Amino acid sequence: MIEFRNVTKRFPDGTLAVDDFSLVLPSRKTTVFVGSSGCGKTTLLRMINRMVEPTSGEVEIDGESVLGGDPVALRRRIGYVMQNSGLMPHFTVLDNVATVLRLTGVKKAEAHKRARTLLDTVGLDQSLAERYPSQLSGGQQQRVGVARGLAADPNILLMDEPFGAVDPIVRADLQQETLRLQRELDKTVVFVTHDIDEAFLLGDQVVILDKGARVVQVGSPSEIIENPADDFVAAFIGADRGRRALHLKQTPRGTVVVDSEGRTQGAIVDVPDSVTDALLSEESATKGAP
Amino acid sequence: MNWVVDNLGLILELTAIHLQQSAIAIVLGFVLSLPLGWVAWRYQLVKGPVIVLTGLLYTIPSLALLILLPSIAGYPARSPANLIIGLTIYAIAILVRAVSDGLDSVDPAIRQSATAMGYGGFRRFWTVDFPLAGPVVLAGLRVAAVSTISLATVGILVGVNNLGYLFTNGLQRRILAEVFSGVVAVVVIALVIDLLLLLLGRALMPWTRAAKVPAAARQTATVRAAA
Repeated sequence: MIEFRNVTKRFPDGTLAVDDFSLVLPSRKTTVFVGSSGCGKTTLLRMINRMVEPTSGEVEIDGESVLGGDPVALRRRIGYVMQNSGLMPHFTVLDNVATVLRLTGVKKAEAHKRARTLLDTVGLDQSLAERYPSQLSGGQQQRVGVARGLAADPNILLMDEPFGAVDPIVRADLQQETLRLQRELDKTVVFVTHDIDEAFLLGDQVVILDKGARVVQVGSPSEIIENPADDFVAAFIGADRGRRALHLKQTPRGTVVVDSEGRTQGAIVDVPDSVTDALLSEESATKGAP
Repeated sequence: MNWVVDNLGLILELTAIHLQQSAIAIVLGFVLSLPLGWVAWRYQLVKGPVIVLTGLLYTIPSLALLILLPSIAGYPARSPANLIIGLTIYAIAILVRAVSDGLDSVDPAIRQSATAMGYGGFRRFWTVDFPLAGPVVLAGLRVAAVSTISLATVGILVGVNNLGYLFTNGLQRRILAEVFSGVVAVVVIALVIDLLLLLLGRALMPWTRAAKVPAAARQTATVRAAA
């Protein structure tokens, strides 16, 4: 469990990045910080591994303040995946994955052996092991970044917009991979993104942030979509438009769901006819009203 | 040509001395430039003054430096140490800037990433910052090496023996072949050292030559489809 308690961060230039932020991030769940750029979400993430130190307040992991011990040792216990992979350009793929293991004193041969297993875990071919990052595609680099973050088997994995710089198809692929990994590995994941769809896809707990890391709404994706806290959230998640403004449409072969553009998004299954009938009649009633 | 054949022993002997003097100065200059360059890079306030000051060193006429230094420091001008110290100062003038620029060339995101992985400051410098500054530092080192080897010949004017002897002696005795052989020897040493540095750089920094894989080949290199 990670807990933020009244955390404030003011940078030397006077910017108030985080203003009195409090939140509990449950263990073995994925918490997603989502907000526009400059809302302080990355600053929050970096306070967990003490890349940024709070001006006031406490950040605790399992009841222990992160400010207590040695920051270098703390960081080795916490996995970190960043945008543009952040791989060491002068290390081979294998050496990159083995970085934290080597830092914690694991012998080279053993570290490489474990790094090879991790390549399998993230779905990378062993033939890439001796390549340099510049010889990989963007998607492959991100996979290496994830493998590196997982190498020392940390309980906590921090992911800072890890898929922000890859193309949409690769991103969708990596998102599914992240879901699979989370099911298999059961880490406490803290994920930062500005993409609300990514947040809803990956998050058990989604935290919508505004300037100064002000919490606008916290909840599961369903809770937020079903009950947006205010107009800001409704607008941010696009509840009133596009893929989220759905309504039902009767077709000869059954009831389907269409979006605001009139594109069919899916069919209603496993719902008693009486319910869809009721919904449809309600909908036609609203439409019929002046 | 007769002169060269007859005096091959002398030329080789002077070449060895010349190489030794230059090599010591280059290595010393490099070692001293590392902390200076780091300070210039790390503390932006002193960066300007350090770069300007070391740059100014280069404008001091070499002959004047070799005459002034011993009179200030109190050692004989004729000693090889005098020349080596002078050459070291000129090497530093080039290398401090190269080290500082090299460290500047390291992507800050990579540095942050290394910190996030759990590198301590000292270890990060030697395993991440310094190797990544390598290509820029090496470029500076190659310039410094060649210029040091060429500059060393001035030592003969204060009585330090090396390939410069072939210039002054050849001039006095009007033996053009002697002067030429001196020039050739200096150029050959400079080229050989430059080549050695280049090869050393390739051996130590294999990632700089890692060929980019064309997009088509990447796909066959198979990222397994997500399960």
